[in-house]
Amino acid sequence: MIDKFVASALEAVADVKDGMTVLIGGFGQVGTPNHLIEALCERGVCDLTVVSNNAGTGTHGLARLMAEGRVRKVICSYPRSRGSVVLEELYREGRIQLEVVPQGTMAERLRAAGAGIPAFWTPTGAGTQLGEGKEVRAFDGRACVLEHALKGDVALIEAWEADRWGNLTYRKSGRNFNPVMAMAAELTIVQAQHRVPLGALDPERIVTPGVFVDRVVHIPYGAPRLW
Amino acid sequence: MDTAVDVKPLDRHGMARRLAADIPEGWVVNLGIGIPTLVSDHVPPEREVIFQSENGVIGVGPAPASEDEDLWLINAGKQLVTLRPGGSFVSQSDSFALIRGGHLDLCVLGAFEVAENGDIANWAVSSNEKAPAVGGAMDLAAGAKRLWAIMEHTTKDGRPRLVRRCSYPLTALGVVSRVYTNLAVLDVTPEGFVVREMVPGLTPEALQARTEAKLRFAA
Repeated sequence: MIDKFVASALEAVADVKDGMTVLIGGFGQVGTPNHLIEALCERGVCDLTVVSNNAGTGTHGLARLMAEGRVRKVICSYPRSRGSVVLEELYREGRIQLEVVPQGTMAERLRAAGAGIPAFWTPTGAGTQLGEGKEVRAFDGRACVLEHALKGDVALIEAWEADRWGNLTYRKSGRNFNPVMAMAAELTIVQAQHRVPLGALDPERIVTPGVFVDRVVHIPYGAPRLW
Repeated sequence: MDTAVDVKPLDRHGMARRLAADIPEGWVVNLGIGIPTLVSDHVPPEREVIFQSENGVIGVGPAPASEDEDLWLINAGKQLVTLRPGGSFVSQSDSFALIRGGHLDLCVLGAFEVAENGDIANWAVSSNEKAPAVGGAMDLAAGAKRLWAIMEHTTKDGRPRLVRRCSYPLTALGVVSRVYTNLAVLDVTPEGFVVREMVPGLTPEALQARTEAKLRFAA
């Protein structure tokens, strides 16, 4: 019997090791797997590269992981948000590396990793500071830059419903980066609000098939914070 | 400055209202953070315009009444929003496929500067800024069928923001087709800025005095 559920967030992240690249789903606080991130803090791993749209707010979740000095580098599109004080301080002090990537390029680099595409051309960023140092080629007269797939060792995902095969649904704007990150890592770990029996999810409604998921922990925490 | 005439620059909502009047029914539109977000307030609900947000919300509706707030439903500015009937949710990768793939009729962005060749600078004020945040601006600017900028005509200290060449780091090159400011509506053409409208009482000379780039005036 396939059963991807584990008993705790700590057990779910047991194989995350120092130096790994960790993809973290969510946009703002919605769809962000904060309990899995907190479990990484508890485990005490360090030297991580984190890929996430935002770079943490307040002192919880990703902000805590960074404040504890566990993150070597952040790859994100929008590090500055309301309350992103930890990142700004670490960056100012030169204690964290930051790679800013256009949001759509980040999504597509992740998609490429999950889909077996090593690199792709995009007009996004061509001729700008974020395109500097990248290969450039014109298509139909338009300059494009070469972008490479962005693969994770681990993905931390938040879902709405999950069954024991790891089939997932999402809630409203909580979908965001979660499905694409679930496909882009060697080990995909999910925290789900609702645990449902196998067969209970309408197959037409499953957004992430369980083939992309390795572990699930049931964490019915309620609604996300606003920030 | 022309102090003799009673010129009333548009306020933020006035600018948003003016731009909203030019959005026809049926367009798929992405609104950037800031003044652009106000545009949807000025499109009447019976004119069906589909507002899209980078975080995978298609059919964004107005801000919720406090009793209807749903913490699972935010826009790209991380403000609580609603979903119109007919709306849908997609992933970030599908959202940006929509954006880059030419399925957006219009993107409205705020800007620090717009140049007469259509270049836009709206994400960083210097090349060594602390923790610069680009978000989806570069993808939107590169991918939308039309890019309209909405911005104050000058900086707070009176420096022109419609320029010959941008001095701030670029978001995208040659993509802006129209600019709505608190003083005027301008098209970006192969010959540079062409003024379509000015607020009442403003003279062409006064507008030119507040603009670095050379202006042409539509007949």
